[in-house]
Amino acid sequence: MLEAEIHVTLKKSVLDPQGETVRSALQSLGFQGVEDCRIGKFMVVRLSGADPTQARAQVEEMCRKLLANPVIEEYVFQIREVGG
Amino acid sequence: MKVGILVFPGTWSHQDFAHVFQDVLGLSWGYVWHKGTSLAGYDALILPGGFAHGDYLRVGAIARFSPIMEAVVRFARDGGPVLGSCNGFQILCEAGLLPGALLRNRSLQYRCQWVHVRTEHCDTPFTRTARPGQVLKIPISHGDGRYYAPPEILARLRSNGQVVFRYCTPAGAAADEANPNGSLEHIAGVCSEGRNVVGLMPHPERASEPLLGSEDGRVLLEAIRGGALQPR
Repeated sequence: MLEAEIHVTLKKSVLDPQGETVRSALQSLGFQGVEDCRIGKFMVVRLSGADPTQARAQVEEMCRKLLANPVIEEYVFQIREVGG
Repeated sequence: MKVGILVFPGTWSHQDFAHVFQDVLGLSWGYVWHKGTSLAGYDALILPGGFAHGDYLRVGAIARFSPIMEAVVRFARDGGPVLGSCNGFQILCEAGLLPGALLRNRSLQYRCQWVHVRTEHCDTPFTRTARPGQVLKIPISHGDGRYYAPPEILARLRSNGQVVFRYCTPAGAAADEANPNGSLEHIAGVCSEGRNVVGLMPHPERASEPLLGSEDGRVLLEAIRGGALQPR
């Protein structure tokens, strides 16, 4: 069985007020050198197939069609083998 | 003239729209469940506010794949008038019928309050009876209303005159203090290139009777009587 780990984040050009709030909270906790913080989504999708190339194409299409909105978001993912 | 009011699981403003059409404007209307596939007999469509499909993943992201949306896309491509308010606006953006996207309010707070919007263009099926520049007092009620479009799309919206409403002061000045959610260029509503699809974050159905504190929302809903911009 294959598992896709997908990260969806706001594009750099899009203001992320949540990330900004967390960044300033980290700063007020005394963490030095926090330049920036961005908040995104993490999704894990399990796939029954065994062919990583096919899985890659499938997950790519999932991201384009539903999991990310290309107007505001970008995505990265990796696929790995997991025990059934 | 019959108006179709779309209902998704989690829609909450459909009854308010129905009340305005039925009791205030005397227009015929019908609910269209999201699992339907036909819009036969309807001359205009409303996508009301709410939290369709729980707004899981992103606002409007799941609703845009509801079975009825294929018919909505065809209706819009044929020039039929379509109005999305609040969650309806978010769904129309996700469906690609309107440009841009709606993001979490800049304040990170849900905002339920009166706002003023300035009518920028009157050549849509929903603003045809408004005066150019007319300021409308209409409430908002949303957590994700910050309008965003990339710079090249924003430029196109400006040159095509697709920004239909901007947040403004009661006197009509677009200004930061009148912008409740951090929308780019104070954008409160936009229309499609064909001008027949309009989306806005405010709730016109909640401002259509004097008892509610404003009748300004009626301007948009009354205009529906005029039907499509061009004969379909």
